[in-house]
Amino acid sequence: MELKGWPRYAIFTLAWTVALFLLLPGLVAIPVAFNDSRFIALPTNGLSLRHFETLFTSGGWLASIGDSVGVALASTAIAVSFGTLCAVGLWRVTPWLAGVVAALLLAPMIFPPIVSALALYRAWVAIGIYDTWIGVVLAHAILAIPYVIITVTTSLSLLDGRLEQAARSLGASPLRTLVDIIIPNIRTGIATAAVFAFIVSWDEIVVTMFVSSRAVYTLPRRMWDGIRENVDPTVAAVAAVLIAITAIGVLIAVASSWRRGGAKAS
Amino acid sequence: MRQPYIGFLLPAAFLVCGLFLIPIGQLIILSFDGFTEPSLRWYAQILETGSIQRILWTTFRIVTITTLIAVLLGYAVAFAMAHMGPRQRLLLLLCVLVPFWLSVLVRALAWLILLRNNGIVNETLLATGLIGAPLPLVRNEFGVIIGMVHYLVPYAVFPIFATMQNMDGRLMMAARSVGASPLRTFIDVYLPVTLPAVFGAGLLVFVFGLGFFVTPAILGGGRVVMLSEYVSISVLQTLRWGLAASLSVVLLVATLALLWIVSKVVGVRRLLGNA
Repeated sequence: MELKGWPRYAIFTLAWTVALFLLLPGLVAIPVAFNDSRFIALPTNGLSLRHFETLFTSGGWLASIGDSVGVALASTAIAVSFGTLCAVGLWRVTPWLAGVVAALLLAPMIFPPIVSALALYRAWVAIGIYDTWIGVVLAHAILAIPYVIITVTTSLSLLDGRLEQAARSLGASPLRTLVDIIIPNIRTGIATAAVFAFIVSWDEIVVTMFVSSRAVYTLPRRMWDGIRENVDPTVAAVAAVLIAITAIGVLIAVASSWRRGGAKAS
Repeated sequence: MRQPYIGFLLPAAFLVCGLFLIPIGQLIILSFDGFTEPSLRWYAQILETGSIQRILWTTFRIVTITTLIAVLLGYAVAFAMAHMGPRQRLLLLLCVLVPFWLSVLVRALAWLILLRNNGIVNETLLATGLIGAPLPLVRNEFGVIIGMVHYLVPYAVFPIFATMQNMDGRLMMAARSVGASPLRTFIDVYLPVTLPAVFGAGLLVFVFGLGFFVTPAILGGGRVVMLSEYVSISVLQTLRWGLAASLSVVLLVATLALLWIVSKVVGVRRLLGNA
């Protein structure tokens, strides 16, 4: 639809204003991280790196970063292996069964976080994995599996089903077909799924608050306490680092999809 | 064996059913006071207690306002994106994507820094003399709505933009060629074609908003309590598990019912695939 004259200016102005509104929090959080006082505020006297220094030298914050990375890696490994296997299964079993299983396995993504948190808290206490590594890792893996299934399923839908039939008709077992034929053809999808699973775990806060206490103390958990108690300006430094990582990650993702699009067009 | 791949489903199915769906089932049983002497007393308490009704009403009101604003702003961004050159579109897309991927805690913290009494917005307004005392921008519904709209606008942009991009441009050309003005073409042709996506995006945003925990807890500062935070308070502070379980069931049923409507309107796969 053509768009010109004043409606064009009005719509474009509104859209860019919304864009500014979306970027604004990120833009203010960065200078705040460089302020030299012990409060969370814009720098007034001068810039300083003291909050970054605290972040990267204090044992507590480093331990939380370590916990978060460890939990995210372990839960990603579980979610990606189980989820990929499941997506391949869903691709090949009869549609009604695939529909039922998919509906059940997408539940952790759809259910409100607080509901999942209460259910898992009670279960983890009952089976004795409350506030343990394995408990947090399993909880995050469960929450990430739906994202893996969706991403890998999308990847599989672009794959020619006859490849699998050819391998099977030549006598390959399902497992061998998976390893030699299917996985090599959907490796981009699996890599994307791994990124999603990692991010789900890395950002998770509500369920984590309920299934862990002090033995596993992830970065979002420490940030939550830092914000709620309103005392720790190191949170602003964490925020700045996370904003930088997010911006770089999105730029890389957009640039690579742009390049793929360009390669396809040429 | 007719289903050689069925075994592939088992690890994930075992994990999710055994360690997620069964615990959810136990939570539902708990809300009815267990198997031995089932009762509806927690649900009766929800219906009878004024303070809980106020929480439900606050949640509904905030989520409705948030949804309306987020969908309106999302439509404008999607509309602009669909009518831009590729470079401008990419830049606008980046402005939506970066905040979309940013941690919810970072965003809530940033809004707190901006909006609180000695925050950046109030300090700036005080310094310029526009106001004599700090405006109450946070620890109230205003702050919660700002934070939630900020979180949810991208979820509205993506499905609406996808529909606009897949539209057949000849529809609009046909309308124009038979003499319709641009405004008439928009109202009679463009808007109706994009309306299912708007409705679907709106429901999806509403569902997300209903379950919000982090943003209202931080920006509401204990004064605006939405359903999820109330459930957590019931468990952690007042130890009323039965009440928390029954409120969870109410939240879960509302979520699933709304998602079922979404799937009827647009197809839940497409919406979730975009997120």
